[in-house]
Amino acid sequence: MSLSGIVLILIIISLLGFWLGKRRAQKIEAAGIKMHSRPYYYGWYVLLVTFIPAIVFLLLWQFGSTLYLEHVASAKIPSVTSKNLPVSHSLVMATIEDLLAHPNLLFSISEVDNYNKLRDIYTQHGFILPLQGADYMVKIAREWALKANWLGWCGAVLNLLIAFLCFGVTLLKIKPKERARNRVEVIIKIGLITASTIAILTTIGIVLSMLFQTISFFKVVPLETFFLGTVWDPRFSAAGSDSAVGQFGLLPLLAGTFYIALVAMIFAVPVGLFAAIYISEYASSRARAIIKPLLEVLAGIPTIVYGFFALITVGPFLRDLSIALAGGQGFIMAQSIFTAGLVMGIMLIPFVSSLSDDIITAVPRSLRDGSYGLGATRSETIKKVVVPAALPGIIGAILLTASRAIGETMIVVLAAGVAANLTINPFDAMTTITIKIVNQLTGDLEFNSPQTLVAFALGMTLFVLTLLMNIIALYIVRKYREQYE
Amino acid sequence: MIQSLDNRRREIGLKKRYRAEKRFRFYGLAAISIGLFFLVVLVVNVVSQGYSVFQQTQLSLDVYLDKKIIDPNNELHAKPELLVTANYPLLVRNALAKKLDVDLTDRASLRDLNAFFSQSARVLIRDRVVANPNIIGTTQKFTILASANIDSAFKGQIDLSVPEQNRKVSNRALTWMKKLALEHSLYKSFNTGFFLHGASSRPEVAGIGVALIGSLYMMAIVLLLALPIGVATAIYLEEYAKKTLFADIIEVNINNLAAVPSIIFGLLGLAVFINFFGLPRSASLVGGLVLTLMTLPTIIIATRSSLRAVPPSIRDAALGLGASKTQVVFQHVLPLAAPGVFTGTIIGIAQALGETAPLILIGMVAFVANYPTSPVDPSTTLPAQIYMWANEPERAFVERTWGAIIVLLIFLAILNTAAVYLRRRFERHWS
Repeated sequence: MSLSGIVLILIIISLLGFWLGKRRAQKIEAAGIKMHSRPYYYGWYVLLVTFIPAIVFLLLWQFGSTLYLEHVASAKIPSVTSKNLPVSHSLVMATIEDLLAHPNLLFSISEVDNYNKLRDIYTQHGFILPLQGADYMVKIAREWALKANWLGWCGAVLNLLIAFLCFGVTLLKIKPKERARNRVEVIIKIGLITASTIAILTTIGIVLSMLFQTISFFKVVPLETFFLGTVWDPRFSAAGSDSAVGQFGLLPLLAGTFYIALVAMIFAVPVGLFAAIYISEYASSRARAIIKPLLEVLAGIPTIVYGFFALITVGPFLRDLSIALAGGQGFIMAQSIFTAGLVMGIMLIPFVSSLSDDIITAVPRSLRDGSYGLGATRSETIKKVVVPAALPGIIGAILLTASRAIGETMIVVLAAGVAANLTINPFDAMTTITIKIVNQLTGDLEFNSPQTLVAFALGMTLFVLTLLMNIIALYIVRKYREQYE
Repeated sequence: MIQSLDNRRREIGLKKRYRAEKRFRFYGLAAISIGLFFLVVLVVNVVSQGYSVFQQTQLSLDVYLDKKIIDPNNELHAKPELLVTANYPLLVRNALAKKLDVDLTDRASLRDLNAFFSQSARVLIRDRVVANPNIIGTTQKFTILASANIDSAFKGQIDLSVPEQNRKVSNRALTWMKKLALEHSLYKSFNTGFFLHGASSRPEVAGIGVALIGSLYMMAIVLLLALPIGVATAIYLEEYAKKTLFADIIEVNINNLAAVPSIIFGLLGLAVFINFFGLPRSASLVGGLVLTLMTLPTIIIATRSSLRAVPPSIRDAALGLGASKTQVVFQHVLPLAAPGVFTGTIIGIAQALGETAPLILIGMVAFVANYPTSPVDPSTTLPAQIYMWANEPERAFVERTWGAIIVLLIFLAILNTAAVYLRRRFERHWS
């Protein structure tokens, strides 16, 4: 019986439970006895108690039986492998899983387990199996399939049994004094708490997923060669040999990341800040209602669009401009720090302006009035009173924007180049951490090679960097915020 | 006396201060102008480069389905698969040569003829012949796509001042093009293929069909998962949670997740969903799960602020009438906060729709030619399709990339307008 079939039956039973529970409660009320809760609460009560234990059991059973079957199968492999083909354990498992993907074909020949014959049949149906395989794999796969089928039926029967048991018990429990509403509310509250743990689970998932891969990466490449190395050259051939030491140098990537972010911030911070000051201090409310959303459109445009804009329009334009100015080759490369930084800066303008606008508007009116009263002009008030009062918030906003610039991927992937240089010329190409994460994980690399694992070490570095910047930003805002009320 | 007053004024430097004031104001205006200037440049650039993709050059041609070419050795009865493998492009070439009076012995002309129409003609004619083999030997009218280069030339995108040998379209092909256009055999029509086709190595038949379906699947998954989970979390934090350590941890977590770079979520998806749980690569299910985790903080934060905006008097009144805590939240507070929740959800979904980086890592950048029929089939998404085309150097792919960007931006504009409309129309202002 398929999983979706069981779930469907469960849903039908639960809905039936809702209807029966509600009707039972209504009947008791109709007889003139006062119930503790409204009838529909009894319906909900039956529904939830029927559905939740059964579905939890179903998920656990599925997960557990898969783990068990895998364990049994993999325990059978090594004893046979030594006598037969010298293939690795994981390859055999992969072949068995390929065989299992189409159970109807697996049992299509009734004779004894014959891998090559089965392989032909699979190929006829358009499924490719590995050339190297042995008959024992078919045997294991068939045992697996039979056992899985048996376990599946057991699970389905047990599952429906649980559902019916809960269904019957709760239905019988419907009595005038049964506190159905309170029980339903407890279940709802547990559901809400479960939902909110997902945020924690995500963070744990992020940290753990990167931590394990990072640790196995540092088993191959020592810490100091990663963090202090100045050469980034993750050649596939050099990976296993001793010459790999020093090939995974983080510094060029880190330098590129910060350089591009710096160029972007140099462009975005003044523009965004002045725009925010104008919007909040000078613009009429009508102008503000038009300008603010228009600027925020820039933040809503996907980064891939900015990346393509940089690649096709801005990069070639700057290169042609430099050729027109200096002649010859031109001093700006089509993919350069400057191009990526400029376009990223455009994207960041609304981040800076929106965040600082909120902060500047929050500075109380009385401070401005005091300054005007002393004879200061508007700009003097802004420069000497408003901005200093809002400074911690503005610095926090700038840090938040910088952490965004460091984590930005698509613009740099398309506009900054892939060569890991260490240069100070802003018109040269440089590469960033995010570009290398993308580069290392696209393509067909074995998952456990250092070439792939390094992406997780880079991701961890990026995660820690942005986290630190966010924490510092929050700290500055909290510590130095002026309290006016 | 008057003299000395004037002197004092000069000392204050009022003129200078007013000049500084004007300058400061000008800086602000300049900053806004720079921002808006880039917005205009971006939009004008996207539209002007991409609008032409919505039309495609087509060639209306009478093709003689020559039995000698489809079935040269007269063995069709014995080998019906000949109908599939026959050399259909040759039929088109001959038909074109006849129409244009081209000498079939001239090799250069032949090459140009072959490059004139799209090789997708093979599938087009094959399907019609296989469906009805009786039409072999007759002349049928076909509407065939022009090749990508002819399409570009016909749209006027190829610089004709470049010497012929450096150009992708020869002078001969250009004269043919003009001749056919005069006869109305070569014309532009709406490019439905762009919206229906999947990936292809030939730009003229490459489309965003698969990407649109993939994006749709993902948006559905995000909506189904992120909305209930996000709303539940927000309700718990805002209405139920006391100031406990647990609530604090969740709160800090959500704020941090909102600021984690999106590519990190891709690493999470790769390590957890694909490697640990063994879900298939390139499947929209995995993409949807990753985007759900990314969207959750947006929805939670929006829901919390709209729950907070419902005045306490509503809660007090309901409690006073004897409603329980849960009844207050689900029957009174949540309905009143719904517009804000939906606005936040739409904005979150718009963000998810434009996201690319995490999807690259979980293999959504894949060459998928067939429609995915379920969320576990390989598929791609609109931004991933844009990324893939962005790496193709051909002019026709660049046009298609801009076209896909226009489609993406239109979707985002619709979503964001809907969000703004919802907020303006349904949001209550409590006074």
